[in-house]
Amino acid sequence: MDVFIAIVQILDSTIRLSVPLLLACLAGLYSERAGVFDIGLEGKMLVGAFAGAAAASVFHSAFLGLGMAIVMSVAFALVHGFASITHRGNQIVSGVAINFVAAGSTIILGQAWFQQGGRTPALQPGERFEAITLPGAAAIHDVPIIGPIYSELLSGHSILVYLAFAMVPFTWWVLFRTRFGLRLRAVGENPAAVDTAGISVAWLRYRALICTGVLTGIAGAYLSMVQNGGFVKDMTAGKGYIALAALIFAKWRPVNAMFACLLFGFLDAAAIRLQGSPLPLIGKVPVQFMQALPYVLTVILLAGFIGKAIPPRAGGVPYVKER
Amino acid sequence: MSTPYAKLPAWADYGLIPLINLSVAFIVAGFVVMLVGENPFRAAVILVEGAFGKGTGIAFTLFYATTFIFTGLSVAVAAHCGLFNIGAEGQAYIAGLGVGVVCLAFDSVLPWWLTFPLAIAAGAAVGALWALIPAYLQAKRGSHIVITTIMFNFIAASIMVYLLVGPLKPAASQAPQTRNFLAGAELPKLNWIIELFGAKIRSAPFNICFLLALVMAFLVWLLIWRTKLGYEMRTYGHSPKAARYAGISETRIIIIAMMISGALAGMMTLNPVMGDQHNVAIDFVSGAGFVGIAVALMGRLHPVGIVLAAILFGMLYQGGAELAFEMPAISRDMIVIIQGLVILFAGALEHMFRPYVQALFASFSPRSVGIEAVKGKGA
Repeated sequence: MDVFIAIVQILDSTIRLSVPLLLACLAGLYSERAGVFDIGLEGKMLVGAFAGAAAASVFHSAFLGLGMAIVMSVAFALVHGFASITHRGNQIVSGVAINFVAAGSTIILGQAWFQQGGRTPALQPGERFEAITLPGAAAIHDVPIIGPIYSELLSGHSILVYLAFAMVPFTWWVLFRTRFGLRLRAVGENPAAVDTAGISVAWLRYRALICTGVLTGIAGAYLSMVQNGGFVKDMTAGKGYIALAALIFAKWRPVNAMFACLLFGFLDAAAIRLQGSPLPLIGKVPVQFMQALPYVLTVILLAGFIGKAIPPRAGGVPYVKER
Repeated sequence: MSTPYAKLPAWADYGLIPLINLSVAFIVAGFVVMLVGENPFRAAVILVEGAFGKGTGIAFTLFYATTFIFTGLSVAVAAHCGLFNIGAEGQAYIAGLGVGVVCLAFDSVLPWWLTFPLAIAAGAAVGALWALIPAYLQAKRGSHIVITTIMFNFIAASIMVYLLVGPLKPAASQAPQTRNFLAGAELPKLNWIIELFGAKIRSAPFNICFLLALVMAFLVWLLIWRTKLGYEMRTYGHSPKAARYAGISETRIIIIAMMISGALAGMMTLNPVMGDQHNVAIDFVSGAGFVGIAVALMGRLHPVGIVLAAILFGMLYQGGAELAFEMPAISRDMIVIIQGLVILFAGALEHMFRPYVQALFASFSPRSVGIEAVKGKGA
């Protein structure tokens, strides 16, 4: 029974740790499917985390914080669009720039406004998203097997967790069952065909980037307002890049993205849980090895050893009408 | 890659437009300073004075510049071949292993002038090998170099953290770093050059790596513009199709370019490790690999431009430290913002102001933008 409880606990923290990855990964899905590479996921998450925590603690409202996170994150996404869509700049260079501006400005503004060494004030109850207890969780808590799974694993998360997982079927529906999604995918594969059909490539890509901004904003808000009670500098700590890795791992598909993020979240949870304690058969695994595993797996996948990851064909190429 | 823009006179192309882009980046940075509630002009004065006002400041500026020359050249060599090496950070970090092992092994037996060449070779070799894997994967298996080099940055960081908290750490010590090197792995300072001009220097880590960096800048110029290999790299960078048609081996050119790039990034390690800290510590690269991207873009991928841009960033780093001291609201992270803005305006938005400059030139003298010549032919 102890083993069972331990597994439930690891899976529970897997869910918590994979939520920001999942949101960022789905965010990347929109823009990359539309043919805009976005390595600025990290920066946009960071901006979202800062704006969310700052607004929540100033206005004493979690929802205002979330709104502000989304607004600021979308603003950064639009800068990316302005550079890479309107001015046909290099999308990767623009993404790198956004990551730096985000990393620097969150610390500078945080220090100037709150004077706590780049942190935002600790969020009070009501300023952050609280855990939701699903109906009946307490009642069946003592039922064996199902009880812990329902009351510990499924219940007791914040609304953003449920939102993140709801975004998976929603994204699938948008991309594969709506006109907008069809066009969005088309603009990532063959923008000239979309242009010929009389649809604006630029506007479509801008809309995709707005979707990206909204989702990275929520991902950031989750980090600073759910996982942590306030903003800490550089709190994304490479999650944007892991999300990017998960996106490649998922071969740019929403449901696969969820499983990839759960896998990477699980690795993270296991690394924390197993810190210092030896595994059966393998012996003691260094924490750093577990931390590096998502990156190693992605490189192996990219090399084509576990199936082939084929990116959207027009990805990374600015659209020029006259060519 | 064909540019859809008309030609400008060379001085406008290489001087005016970068200057405009840079100014805009700094103006936007000025707004951030205002947002924080400080006076941007006073901040600029403190920054420049901190970097160049005293001998010590100049020495520190050039010390930082040395690091950025290496990483800037690293990014530029790859960029000439059409590859975006975002992994200079990881290549430099892991090269700390090569340099560190050489220093730890030889610092008690050899004098510095024998340890130094060995360390150069080790740093360059490890950096090049770390770049080899992404290069091979790009050339042979088609995995995107940007993504693989990002992944390799994280993998390098994990390996180095593992080694520095474990095997490389002296048993008696708590700090995650190697033991301090002995005199055999300490590079001589160059501070006396600045003192020749009458400035006083208290203590600064400005060392002979600066000369090595200048030599490497010259060699990169030689490579890119004066050798067959450099020509092939530029050809591949401009048009992979043309290069393939000309019989240039794609695999070979990608791998060579990335290995040179990785070697240059690896040599960056010498400056902080052997010239300043005299040990290998956690996170000693601290973003220099990423600064290299800004430096390379600002220097328009030319070694002379890169040296100048590196000095500018060295100034920002040194002046930024003084600024943080004078204006507590502005920490050194201001540099990260400026870096980002420079990458944005000199890199991604490189051509934003070009049409306006062209229109301006065309209205003054149509000949300068090539309009007249076409008319002349028609008549």
